[in-house]
Amino acid sequence: MFKFLFITCDEATMICDKSQYNEASLFEKIQLNIHFLRCDICRLYTKQNNKMSDLFRMKATDCQRKTMFI
Amino acid sequence: MANTKPTLQPDKWIDNYADYLFNYAVVRVNDSDLAKDLVQDTFIAALKSAKNFQGKSTERTWLVSILKRKVIDYYRKINSKKGQAEVRMNFYVDGEQEGNWLEERVPQSWDNASEKAVENEELKDQLEACIDNLPEKYAMVFRMKTIQEFETEEICKELDITASNLWVIIHRARTQLRKCMEDNWFNS
Repeated sequence: MFKFLFITCDEATMICDKSQYNEASLFEKIQLNIHFLRCDICRLYTKQNNKMSDLFRMKATDCQRKTMFI
Repeated sequence: MANTKPTLQPDKWIDNYADYLFNYAVVRVNDSDLAKDLVQDTFIAALKSAKNFQGKSTERTWLVSILKRKVIDYYRKINSKKGQAEVRMNFYVDGEQEGNWLEERVPQSWDNASEKAVENEELKDQLEACIDNLPEKYAMVFRMKTIQEFETEEICKELDITASNLWVIIHRARTQLRKCMEDNWFNS
């Protein structure tokens, strides 16, 4: 009955990637958080994903700084 | 512009638009040689179809629209050339375990993450190397979305793909990058 709330790790990490850009919908976030309740791996993935986003942001500002000087 | 109806002046294209078009191309393909080629192709295509220019837009807009086409063509080319086989999967694709993490791809904890996450040149180089390791079309979409910070809608329009298509690409690119950084940086 509540099957639509349960998603696979593949889907969960996809939503996690989406939410890194603030583009996951509310329903997707709910699905993701329910998934976290039973999946430590994806919780770890999310934690690391945040860290990766920091790195990418650092890289992005770096690139923009460079193009400004071209 | 003095004229009410813009006309083409191909002899001034290089001076007026080469840099602009080059910048436009290079942020999308992230390869200066390739960007130069695309700009050159654009000028050639523009010369060939100069008679179709109706003067409804400015010269620059017209040239950019041709260049956009060239970028899409390039994306299509790498999309068909490099098959799916090259992508390493992170999840079971079928069977009982479908959608679960492949055992050898499960994220490991990064014990030294805090000391390793310090901003430095080496880290940037490693990140760059990991992005370069991605299949070309993933790297292209990923760069546009994450590094150049284009809007989702814009990328979809420019590369002629759907939003869900884009998210699958971003998702695969990110899981692969995570793994690459884990192997080469955090746990090395």
